[in-house]
Amino acid sequence: MIELENVYKTFTLHNQGAAVIDVLTDVSFAVAAGECVALTGSSGSGKSTLMRMIYGNYMAQSGVIRVGDVDLVQAQPREVIRVRREVMGYVSQFLRVVPRVPTLDVVAEPLLKIGTPADKAKARAQELLERLNIPQTLWGLSPTTFSGGEQQRVNIARGFAHQFPAMLLDEPTASLDATNRAVVLELIEDAKARGAAIIGIFHDEAARARVCDREIDVTGFSPQAAA
Amino acid sequence: MTDQPLLSVRKIAKTYGNHIGCENVSFDLFPGEVMGIVGESGSGKSTLLNCMAGHLTPDAGEVVFDTRVNGPRDTVTMSEPERRMLSRTDWAFVHQHARDGLRMGVSAGGNVGERLMAVGARNYGDIRDKATDWLGRVEIDSSRIDDRPSTFSGGMQQRLQIARNLVTGPRLVFMDEPTGGLDVSVQARLLDLLRGLVRDMGLSAIIVTHDLAVVRLLADRLMVMKSGQVVENGLTDQVLDDPQHPYTQLLVSSVLQV
Amino acid sequence: MTDYNFAYLDEQTKRMIRRAILKGLAIPGYQVPFASREMPMPYGWGTGGVQVSAAVLTPEDRFKVIDQGADDTTNAVSIRKFFEHTAGVATTTKTAEATVIQTRHRIPEADLGEGQILVYQVPIPEPLRFLEPRESETRKMHSLEEYGLMHVKLYEDISRHGHIATAYAYPVKVEARYVMDPSPIPKFDNPKLSNSPAIQLFGAGREQRIYALPPYTRVTSLDFEDHPFDPSKADHPCGLCAAEDSYLDEVIVDDAGGRMFVCSDTDFCEARQNAGHKGKDAA
Repeated sequence: MIELENVYKTFTLHNQGAAVIDVLTDVSFAVAAGECVALTGSSGSGKSTLMRMIYGNYMAQSGVIRVGDVDLVQAQPREVIRVRREVMGYVSQFLRVVPRVPTLDVVAEPLLKIGTPADKAKARAQELLERLNIPQTLWGLSPTTFSGGEQQRVNIARGFAHQFPAMLLDEPTASLDATNRAVVLELIEDAKARGAAIIGIFHDEAARARVCDREIDVTGFSPQAAA
Repeated sequence: MTDQPLLSVRKIAKTYGNHIGCENVSFDLFPGEVMGIVGESGSGKSTLLNCMAGHLTPDAGEVVFDTRVNGPRDTVTMSEPERRMLSRTDWAFVHQHARDGLRMGVSAGGNVGERLMAVGARNYGDIRDKATDWLGRVEIDSSRIDDRPSTFSGGMQQRLQIARNLVTGPRLVFMDEPTGGLDVSVQARLLDLLRGLVRDMGLSAIIVTHDLAVVRLLADRLMVMKSGQVVENGLTDQVLDDPQHPYTQLLVSSVLQV
Repeated sequence: MTDYNFAYLDEQTKRMIRRAILKGLAIPGYQVPFASREMPMPYGWGTGGVQVSAAVLTPEDRFKVIDQGADDTTNAVSIRKFFEHTAGVATTTKTAEATVIQTRHRIPEADLGEGQILVYQVPIPEPLRFLEPRESETRKMHSLEEYGLMHVKLYEDISRHGHIATAYAYPVKVEARYVMDPSPIPKFDNPKLSNSPAIQLFGAGREQRIYALPPYTRVTSLDFEDHPFDPSKADHPCGLCAAEDSYLDEVIVDDAGGRMFVCSDTDFCEARQNAGHKGKDAA
């Protein structure tokens, strides 16, 4: 479902004397449908960078990043957008929303984008918010005023609203209490069970052990390792 | 996914004497896409927008629009009546200052109804019903339908301008700094409204702004301009989060973090 | 009489104006620019109409002038005197006898016939002016037939008053092409514009525009399907001649709020009174 072949990434800092920083070298791996893979490695090893590249958020210098049947390195913006709308979901660590939009609408939006009728989209959003223990009194408010943990749960609800065939999860259980952590892990297991290919970053080792089928150590792709 | 662009811009150039307005700009915009154009003042983004919307005649290049009846047509060389008809039907233009896009001496309902009457609507009741519906869609209380826009707040004027533009169901909307000059809180509401309308109507839009937060929320794609040239072009979040061109890196790093 | 060229204007000027008139007749409703001359009367007193009359008058013509339908108001009297003096033409107050009629704010009640010329004095020839002040833009709108704005004006009327409240200078469309300001005649007169056997000429002196309707031109008043054009007038008979179908002026007759309605067309009213019709206020 997700395949990477010989992917390279460098950052060129034009405003700092055009310094070139090699970040990832010759990344190749694949994640099949129904599989959950954890990216591991020390802080700064490039886990988040790699995740962002798979989402099309960071540019690859060369190589192939294939999600479904689209190579995101070569794809036109509209193809990337279609993949993100229909095929690949991303739960980041931070919630980014238009201020003032009610939580329920924030969660329902990914479904509206793929043409789900508004009532069905809202019903699904309500179901997820309930499951993630967001009190109903907050549904009509914008999540921008919520606590960090609440924002994280809204973000997860939004990410799981549409049943994507491919999912990227960046620290989905961080800053959650035990109850909600368990709910998120269930959601991940459900997604696996319906055949989603999942790549995640989990600092929570127990969580990683519970949902991940294998681990990929990103340190192996660092330029120092290759040298 | 359709492979027929709604708008194809080919090598557009416009100079003012020795000064370059914009130069060698080409891109395709597909149905349902929202493209942002950013750059500092004088970068040529407004010149480009006005060339595309038919307000300025470019010195060179083509602006090919996929018309409903006749398929792709170059709007630069089409006759003026055809172009003006396009700008009343399939195109819309949202000005930065609502007073440039509204008739301040005409009621809100008349402002919304004008485009309908311009394309031949002659039933007062129907026109009024449509105007009422559109005021609701842009969150203006229908009791204000007979008030003049001069009695409206800045945010309401801007929303009225949007209603007036969208009432004929255009397929392409040009926006020139649509949130410029508005309070931050009013901006957010307007952005959310625009997002919903773009999604529900399947609109394509080109938004010129210097506000990177606006394009991040509204635009699928981003074009960065400097000195009349496009220096970078791609997926909005990719251009903003992993900028490749020195100028874009400078632009992104210059934004104050709140 | 020998002190002036016939009808005051020199022959070159008259030729220039006649060319504008011919062009106007060829393109009904289109505003033809012309080089308006200084006339020995102030703007607003009919300088446009006077120049058009001067250009069409011949020594054999019989000339009539009305102002608000009346032959005996200051404006009507002075213009009639002007041409008596400078052209030596015969004048009349009888609509049927006149060959050239200059008018301000009315069309005579009596039907006009072939061979008659009706000359309108026009203050503001551009019907789109009030909504679009840019002349460059209104010219373009005329040339491209972009007339939606005219209906915006009528829409505003209905939204504010519940009906189309425009009562005079009511905009018309000529032969389904040009939108035209019929000069400030009451909307009651609009139907008479259409299909008239007479030549109708419109002169705007200050604005330097001439436009025209050749005989038997189709002229329709703009409206909405659900608010059709209604050429109504005050719902009274004339107090002097009892006419039910003529346009009336309201006249205040005392300090106690007493009033009467009388025909604005004095010639029409007198003719009826002479024929024996008698209204309730007639002496």
